[in-house]
Amino acid sequence: MTSATDSPPSHGAAFAAAVEQTPSPLPAGWSARVQAQLAADEAVLAWLEIDLDASLRFAAGLILVTNTRLLAMSSDDASLRAWPYQTGLRLSRSDHAGVGTLELCTTDARLAQWHYTLAADVAAGRLIDHFARQLDFTLTGRPPPAPTQRLCASCETPLLAGQEQCPLCSKEIHQPPSTWTLLRLGRFARPYRGQLLAGFTLSLLSTAATLVPPYLTMPLMDKVLIPYQNGQLIDPALVALYLSGLLGAALLAWILGWARTYILALVSERIGADLRTATYEHLLTLSQEYFGGKRTGDLMARIGSETDRINVFLSLHLLDFATDVLMILMTTVILMSIDVRLALVTLLPLPIIAWLIHIVRERLRTGFERVDRVWAEVTNVLADTIPGIRVVKAFAQEARETSRFRTANAHNLEVNDRVNKIWSLFSPTVTLLTEFGLLIVWAFGIWQIASDHISVGVLTAFLAYISRFYLRLDSMSRIVSVTQKAAAGAKRIFDILDHVSSVPEPTTPVHLPQVSGRIELRGVGFRYGTRSVTRDISIAIAPGEMVGLVGHSGSGKSTLVNLICRFYDVSEGAILIDGVDIRSLPVAEYRKHIGLVLQEPFLFFGTIAENIAYGKPEATRAEVVAAARAAHAHEFILRLPHGYDSLVGERGQALSGGERQRISIARALLIDPPILILDEATSSVDTSTEKEIQKALDNLVRGRTTIAIAHRLSTLRDADRLVVLDRGSVVEVGSHAQLMACEGHYYRLYQAQARNVDQEDSLRSLDLARPSEGERP
Amino acid sequence: MIGAPDYRLQRNPFGRLELTTADGETHVGVVPVRAFPISAPDEGIGLVDPDGHELAWIARLSELPEDLRRLLESELAGREFVPEIKRLISVSSFATPSTWEVETDRRTTRFVLKGEEDIRRLDNSALLIADSHGMHFLIRDRYALDAPSRRLLDRFL
Repeated sequence: MTSATDSPPSHGAAFAAAVEQTPSPLPAGWSARVQAQLAADEAVLAWLEIDLDASLRFAAGLILVTNTRLLAMSSDDASLRAWPYQTGLRLSRSDHAGVGTLELCTTDARLAQWHYTLAADVAAGRLIDHFARQLDFTLTGRPPPAPTQRLCASCETPLLAGQEQCPLCSKEIHQPPSTWTLLRLGRFARPYRGQLLAGFTLSLLSTAATLVPPYLTMPLMDKVLIPYQNGQLIDPALVALYLSGLLGAALLAWILGWARTYILALVSERIGADLRTATYEHLLTLSQEYFGGKRTGDLMARIGSETDRINVFLSLHLLDFATDVLMILMTTVILMSIDVRLALVTLLPLPIIAWLIHIVRERLRTGFERVDRVWAEVTNVLADTIPGIRVVKAFAQEARETSRFRTANAHNLEVNDRVNKIWSLFSPTVTLLTEFGLLIVWAFGIWQIASDHISVGVLTAFLAYISRFYLRLDSMSRIVSVTQKAAAGAKRIFDILDHVSSVPEPTTPVHLPQVSGRIELRGVGFRYGTRSVTRDISIAIAPGEMVGLVGHSGSGKSTLVNLICRFYDVSEGAILIDGVDIRSLPVAEYRKHIGLVLQEPFLFFGTIAENIAYGKPEATRAEVVAAARAAHAHEFILRLPHGYDSLVGERGQALSGGERQRISIARALLIDPPILILDEATSSVDTSTEKEIQKALDNLVRGRTTIAIAHRLSTLRDADRLVVLDRGSVVEVGSHAQLMACEGHYYRLYQAQARNVDQEDSLRSLDLARPSEGERP
Repeated sequence: MIGAPDYRLQRNPFGRLELTTADGETHVGVVPVRAFPISAPDEGIGLVDPDGHELAWIARLSELPEDLRRLLESELAGREFVPEIKRLISVSSFATPSTWEVETDRRTTRFVLKGEEDIRRLDNSALLIADSHGMHFLIRDRYALDAPSRRLLDRFL
């Protein structure tokens, strides 16, 4: 990244002032064609590579702004179109459904239009900018004002103090996670290195101990049983020695095995817990955008059951597998030391089984991944229906929801059936191969004994070893499925862990311990998917000022608030607080300066006092009460049976909307933020409750920079300024009186509402005629 | 029922549609919008002004006089952009984000799939895939794709 503001003017003195930045080099494949077209003293100022042609098919094209004209060429044909600068020329862009359109018009007709996908949108904006500046310069001879800010070299977003990397460009990196996902769990295993090492040493020893008994069958056979058959007496001392060897080995294997399993289970449980916490912690740092796109059930399944599955894999299966591998290696060594030829024959089926495992692995993995996804689908149905149960019941759609669940479940069955088909065939095949292996050893062994190459004892030892050996191989084959399951789970966990927040923490953060509350929006634009929600909004809000945002629903008011809170990052422009871009402040530190009161106040499960102190858990009881008093919540809290210690449900069901709202106001008051945002804070309650809340809000607003959104314009009468938004742009700014006087947009909104309020009042007088229904439980 | 509508529609030199209502009022920059772009593209088309207010409603495209229908179809073709995937050429990885190279009815292109949840199942066997910029790709019938494409796609479903 270079700051190009000081680059030497290399394009000739005539327009040196206009060139503040050298354009990035032309894309490969174009530069030769472009150079051929340019006149000797012509220089490229900006370019845009478009990826769609006139009929919206994918085809590359290039639009260039030079110092004398606008050029367009396409990859399909050699044609070149050019428009020299002239009065009345205008280049503009618009977008619809993911396609950006660039139009070149004169005052009386359109000359040309081009299309591009939105990936090129920022570059298009830059092209228009350069075009307009150069056109102006060519026509008037006045050099355009130089940009004062340092800009990103690739997209020309203003870079601010402390920003090394452009927040826009760095967001676009898409890196697929590696396939060796399970190895990445190593990051979580590192703190437990010591225990893991101890565990594997114990594994080694206990495996060795289990290999002693088969070895002892050899002398038992050759030195005790066969001599007895041939007429010799049994030596009791020798028998006792061998038998005590067998017993000792068994006991040793038991103790070592217990210690190993215990230590490794302990460690894996901790790794699992760390993984779960790390995932949750990371999840909470992700932006609102991420949660908007994910479903609750899916995320819950990932953090809950996937970590558990990984845990079981680590504590049981991986352990078994390691033991099996050790066992196989040691057995091989022992067999080789006894008789090389027999050992080779014995191990013959091993590569076949390894190959079989490899074949099935791929198919099973995709299968299990799909099982996971289908399972998430089932939980999603639950997560959808249970919170919306009132709607389901109100519309009597229980049967339909049940059938939706049944469909998801049937899908689950179908996918599982398909996986089980492969899986069920796998195990018996391995067993069959084991039997074949034993058969080979028997046949070869008998032939070897017959030709006096080995003793009966050797064959017995081999058979004892080999039956264990293949038994282990069978259990090893099981590892295929659990590894794949765990790998699929790990992938889904790392999907979360790898997700970079679209509201990234700055690399070199700026700290603002004190905030005066001056907010400035500079050319703010925001795009949600392909829909451009707000564009080019510039507002400056002085410390302590109260600004009301007014507009129809969908005019971008809430989006603006979300941007100011940095729940999302702006697509274009910048938001500054006390002159510092909010993207260069640490996210959590920045949000501490903001108090937010939402339309639907969310209360967590806990006491009222805990809910009020949510943003400041260390607050004293006196502070909590003071905040509640200021929020006009104190009295109704005292009326509750347990006062401040009353429990409120998950969504605060026991309280009315107005009461919940006042608790959330108390919550905002307690953290004493310099900036306050009221997002439709009073719109979910009736007008009389609104008056109560309004009184609470008056306390809250005093001395703070306040941004308020309200549907009822009457709520905003105290605002110093009103900003009227329409379809994502600012249309009017001024006080209530000024805006009424100019009879514009605001005037019409106000008139329309005044009529409704009259109706509401007459309705309310009807309401009062009925007897009151008493306090809520 | 084929009857001439009570408004006139024409294209101005800026390439914008101009609608003149029966009472002589002219709206510039009229935009046709399909109400059901995927499930029933030819039914229910609204003509809206740049402010998003509806000026006229066309229940069925086929009921319109020939010239008007042509004009609307050409305008819709210039605004609609849902490339239909005919074949998956390659995917960079089976874990998301993954870069897909696909052959569409508008030639081949590449896009980044951010997560499996960006693949939306529509009715029957159709899929709607949103890329990292929010652009949509359609697979009209996933069982009609060729076998290699289906195998690649299956890994994401």
